[in-house]
Amino acid sequence: MSGQLTITQLQHKANDLRQDVIRMLEAAGSGHTAGSLDLADILAALYFDIMNIDPQNPQWPDRDVFFLSNGHTVPVQYAAMAEAGYFEKEELLTLRKLGSRLQGHPERNRLPGLENTSGPLGSGLSQAAGYAYALQYLDDSKHRFVYAIMGDGELDEGNIWEAAMFAGKYKLSQLIAFIDRNNIQIDGSTEDVMPLEDLYAKWDSFGWHVLEIDGHNIESIIDAVNTAKAITNKPTVIIAHTIPGKGVDFMEYDYKWHGVAPNSEQAKVALQELRILDAKITTGDFE
Amino acid sequence: MNQYFLNPKVFDDDVQQDTIRAGFGRGLKAAAEANDKIVALCADLTESTQVSIFSEAFPDRFIQTGIAEQNLVAIASGLARAGKIPFASSYAAFNPGRNWEQIKTTIAINDQPVKIVGGHAGIGVGPDGATHQMLEDIALMRVLPNMVVVVPADSIEAEKATRAIAENGKPCYIRLARPKTPIISTEQSPFEIGVAYVLREGSDISLLGTGMMTYQLLMAAKILADRGIDAEVVHVPTIKPLDDDTILASVRKTGRVITAEEAQIAGGFGGAVAELLSEKLPTPLMRIGMQDRFGESGEPMELFDYFGFTGEHIAKKVEDFVHATSQYHREY
Repeated sequence: MSGQLTITQLQHKANDLRQDVIRMLEAAGSGHTAGSLDLADILAALYFDIMNIDPQNPQWPDRDVFFLSNGHTVPVQYAAMAEAGYFEKEELLTLRKLGSRLQGHPERNRLPGLENTSGPLGSGLSQAAGYAYALQYLDDSKHRFVYAIMGDGELDEGNIWEAAMFAGKYKLSQLIAFIDRNNIQIDGSTEDVMPLEDLYAKWDSFGWHVLEIDGHNIESIIDAVNTAKAITNKPTVIIAHTIPGKGVDFMEYDYKWHGVAPNSEQAKVALQELRILDAKITTGDFE
Repeated sequence: MNQYFLNPKVFDDDVQQDTIRAGFGRGLKAAAEANDKIVALCADLTESTQVSIFSEAFPDRFIQTGIAEQNLVAIASGLARAGKIPFASSYAAFNPGRNWEQIKTTIAINDQPVKIVGGHAGIGVGPDGATHQMLEDIALMRVLPNMVVVVPADSIEAEKATRAIAENGKPCYIRLARPKTPIISTEQSPFEIGVAYVLREGSDISLLGTGMMTYQLLMAAKILADRGIDAEVVHVPTIKPLDDDTILASVRKTGRVITAEEAQIAGGFGGAVAELLSEKLPTPLMRIGMQDRFGESGEPMELFDYFGFTGEHIAKKVEDFVHATSQYHREY
């Protein structure tokens, strides 16, 4: 899919995903708003530019694979998958409902195109590393890449650091992981709940190539991945600084929106804001 | 009824002995020779889990994860997604003792063919004490949907069970013991996942055993025969799926049942049989195993004696039970 859309078009895609997320969470009546909104730019870059995928053939053996580790942000992944053509967009509104393929946390066997099951935090990076190990050492499949997204609060989990050591030891260079560095978790700021810094030094010392970017700048996201692909002796982690609730003024930076869905009034306001943002993207008046 | 081909020397004092884990190691190597998708992972216990037999033969298909059991199984999940059949091994105390949630989320829910190998399970690990005597693993694993739970009785059966789980396409747990144990089966003995085997026919009581306890039940049955009690011995190497038909047929005939496992009776093998019988065929039942307590240090056979797991102790319990109960079952 690489390079077919302009940066402006990708920004529109990201904004579309944000609007889908708001509609989905409103319809569901529960879910995780802040992280789903702040990951929209990374998901848009992955699904509409970076990843080599075929939504009509989710099991395509040559595909790149994506592992979401912080499964509670899956609404934005579902939105990206629908937009990419894995399934019809109408299905997005079934999120979290009985019988839906769109479970509250992603369940691989329910929906073609999902690579893993996650929700309980800390094990997505391991799953991605296992896949990357198979590509690099067992299948000699050097042209495929494995992408993972972790939350920052999730880095409290010991399992993450087990995976970090593993990937560092085996120099899993086809593994490219993002940290959604939005500085919030359920009980408050990450640095209050359990300080994570110095994140750069931590990952560097575990044998990873570390990049830090603005996680809302699509050009930076694409550039970082291109850099990561050129690093052939280490896994790469991209610390993506994001704003929780990005795009909706009254949600931004507020940790209380971590695990809450908007009601219909809030959704209306949020969608209005995002539509204005759409116009700004078109005119280039966009930060 | 399946013929089991019991080892003709099983009742002899000089019955051959081998470790169940060695049988696993040989089975894994044989399975890997037949299927190049099989890979093995180990969390720093390669020699004592006998994964070393595989890793020496297939160094390129062996993955050392270090002492990181959560990572061990989640890595295995990723490998399975990439088309491999991973055997993830450590001691049962940590695998599944420490990483149960990762097993549930990344393997069982996905119904992936990852094989969880729990070594040094049960009180047979001996002097290491309660922290390393994994007694809760059967209960933990059999409550997981999609999971197959296998507890081989000896090294020959462990080899066959390992080859069988390698090819069944399901998440599996295989429980292995540390010490040398008597060989009860032969190369001709059948092993099929989900099948229980009647080793000795009898009419007074059904003795259902799993893992190395089946040998103790055979010894008990021999002692009981001299005391006028005709016990049927059923070996149940697969706890999930349980062979309901074989168990019900035996119990329907004998009207009394005793289960034996070197694990907690709550939720374990005895628990599984109690669930089956209380719903399908209520019958007087006693469960032999750990009675809601932890183990402690001691040599394996000392502990078997101390906790009443030897044939001699079991014979006494059976005798008392037979005299205290009348044969009964109620069909629904």
